Amino acid sequence: MNAASLAPLAVVLPILGAALTFALNRNPVAQRTVSIGLLAATLLLECWLLAAVWTTGTASVTLGGWLPPFGVVMVVDQFSSLMLVVSSVISLAVLVYATGQGMADGDQEAPVSIFHPTYLILVAGVSNAFLTGDLFNLYVGFEILLTASYVLMTLGGTGPRIRAGVTYVVVSVVSSVLFLIAIAMIYGATGTITMADLAVKLAELDPVTRNLLHVMLLVAFGIKAAVFPLSFWLPDSYPTAPAPVTAVFAGLLTKVGVYAMVRTETLLFPGDTLNTPLMVVALLTMVVGILGALAQSDIKRLLSFTLVSHIGYMVFGLAMSSVTGLAAAVFYVAHHITVQTSLFLVTGLIERRGGSSSMDRLGGLAKLSPLLALLFFVPAMNLAGIPPFSGFLGKLGLLQAGMELGTPLAITLVAGGVLTSLLTLLAIARVWNRAFWRKPEDAEYPDPILKDTAAVGLLPRTMVGPTAALVVFGVALTVFAGPLFQLAGNSAEQMLDRTAYIQSVLGPEVTVPGIAAPGSSGPSIQGGAK
Amino acid sequence: MSVNLTLLLVMGVLYACGIYLILERSLTRVLLGLVLLANATNLLILATGGYAGLAPLFSKGTDPRDYNDPLPQALILTSIVISFAVTAFMLGIIYRTWALARQDDIQDDVEDRRVAQTPSYDAEDDAEVPQETSEFPLAAVAAGHTPEDPEPGGEAPLNDDEGGGPR
Repeated sequence: MNAASLAPLAVVLPILGAALTFALNRNPVAQRTVSIGLLAATLLLECWLLAAVWTTGTASVTLGGWLPPFGVVMVVDQFSSLMLVVSSVISLAVLVYATGQGMADGDQEAPVSIFHPTYLILVAGVSNAFLTGDLFNLYVGFEILLTASYVLMTLGGTGPRIRAGVTYVVVSVVSSVLFLIAIAMIYGATGTITMADLAVKLAELDPVTRNLLHVMLLVAFGIKAAVFPLSFWLPDSYPTAPAPVTAVFAGLLTKVGVYAMVRTETLLFPGDTLNTPLMVVALLTMVVGILGALAQSDIKRLLSFTLVSHIGYMVFGLAMSSVTGLAAAVFYVAHHITVQTSLFLVTGLIERRGGSSSMDRLGGLAKLSPLLALLFFVPAMNLAGIPPFSGFLGKLGLLQAGMELGTPLAITLVAGGVLTSLLTLLAIARVWNRAFWRKPEDAEYPDPILKDTAAVGLLPRTMVGPTAALVVFGVALTVFAGPLFQLAGNSAEQMLDRTAYIQSVLGPEVTVPGIAAPGSSGPSIQGGAK
Repeated sequence: MSVNLTLLLVMGVLYACGIYLILERSLTRVLLGLVLLANATNLLILATGGYAGLAPLFSKGTDPRDYNDPLPQALILTSIVISFAVTAFMLGIIYRTWALARQDDIQDDVEDRRVAQTPSYDAEDDAEVPQETSEFPLAAVAAGHTPEDPEPGGEAPLNDDEGGGPR
């Protein structure tokens, strides 16, 4: 028995919770207790997994009695367990927030009885995607979380949500079909879909075939991660969903795409075959995304654009395929999940207190609710990368790795990263100036609720509490940045080395192929791709 | 690995029709396009298994090469179930669109259109600072930007509020 034996529970517990809460839909109190309790148990389990792989190293478990190259395996390494812990922290916070919102509002707006089971299925899908060591099972994990997200996106079935939901569903289904086509082609080319086995067998393929498969996977994951030319669906669809749903989507769904891209780049197709195009794409994602954010007057849309923009940082770190770059990207993913989710949760609070999330209608919130201002200010500065917050540390790591690499393209990306960071600060400062600092009567169309200084009940403790907890967690990422960076560095080393991952699945006797001879065949692969 | 040409042709036609249909604005056609794409992909997965063989149930003395590859069929079954669920959900939201708007078309994002039409001149950001707070000449007025409506109560410096900002 190794550490990974309990890993499937991270998927099973939420699904069990979904079944229970579905059966309990007549009893809201029991439903809330079960879903929050099971999610907390999942979080504890995942913390234990992280501690276990920290001490004993990468571990894997085979499911259903089929031995590795044939059956489904789950692999726990430091990267996947870190992702699991961070994702469970934010999904637990968002669940408490959503429960608080449901309790404060009564059940008139959304059918809350559906919310809990669907939400838990979403969490199960995310955990499955992080844990799986099988390409088709990754597809299944994606489908579980996407199907749950379709339901959450259109919760309540109002006009704008249905409109946004249609775009979201169609784009997601097309990306899933692309992913499935890529899986079919990979199976046709290699005869296996176990990722560790693929890591060995893909290296033996013809470089042109390899590159084709590589690009297909990256396009499929790029849509899910909202990388620039494939990102237009995101700011269109996310802002219309209910606040907690947008928060959890912003935190998790794109990051699952980034996670899949990281696995593709490091495990399946190591070497620097596609690093140049990836860097260009990262630059465009950062700059185009943040320029889009500057044009928005709705806070939720603005944050959706910053979300797209900051995906660029992670792709940048990934595209460098150096230990420092990948470590910074891993750190940045953990930081960004937390910060982006807290900002969306705060926006939900702003909507309640100020009556709207449009900057044309808001003003004077800092005076109305200093606590709300503080809750917005900390993650906002964190997102913009102001020292000493974790956003600054993550960006600093990326910039250092870029300077270490030293190619002209990497230097351009470093400059682009700094520019994006400054523009993020500008976008965030506009929100701050308008929604928080100016007087309510200076707003273009001030919401009457801003005049009501006594409306404290609009910010129930059950919603402020989880938001504050998440903001504190974001600050804790700064305080414990040392160990976290060490963890990120270890996972980056492990991912680039691949030995631990492959041998934990296929057994210690398997020899891990070198990185497809980057010196000799690298340039010819580049030439073949064009 | 050898493949069945008829299946490949059918797959190609399904992909072509599917892609044509998802480019339409009518939601029902988009849905049909997605169904065709999913089925074409199922055929593709089937094709990766090679020629049809015996059912993969173990019987003594059969050459292993005579069996069909069972894995693609397992994959197809999963993918059929998934596309079935997604199709059902799509039908639900198409019906909802019809119930809400009495039309079957993809609708424009209103906020997106509004942002696209926003002029680059922004009264809040681009208007000149009120005279009381500025010790510099009003370069913005010389540049030709005159604010249409002087902001009411904009004389006091913005950060004068008590309790503004986290202390």
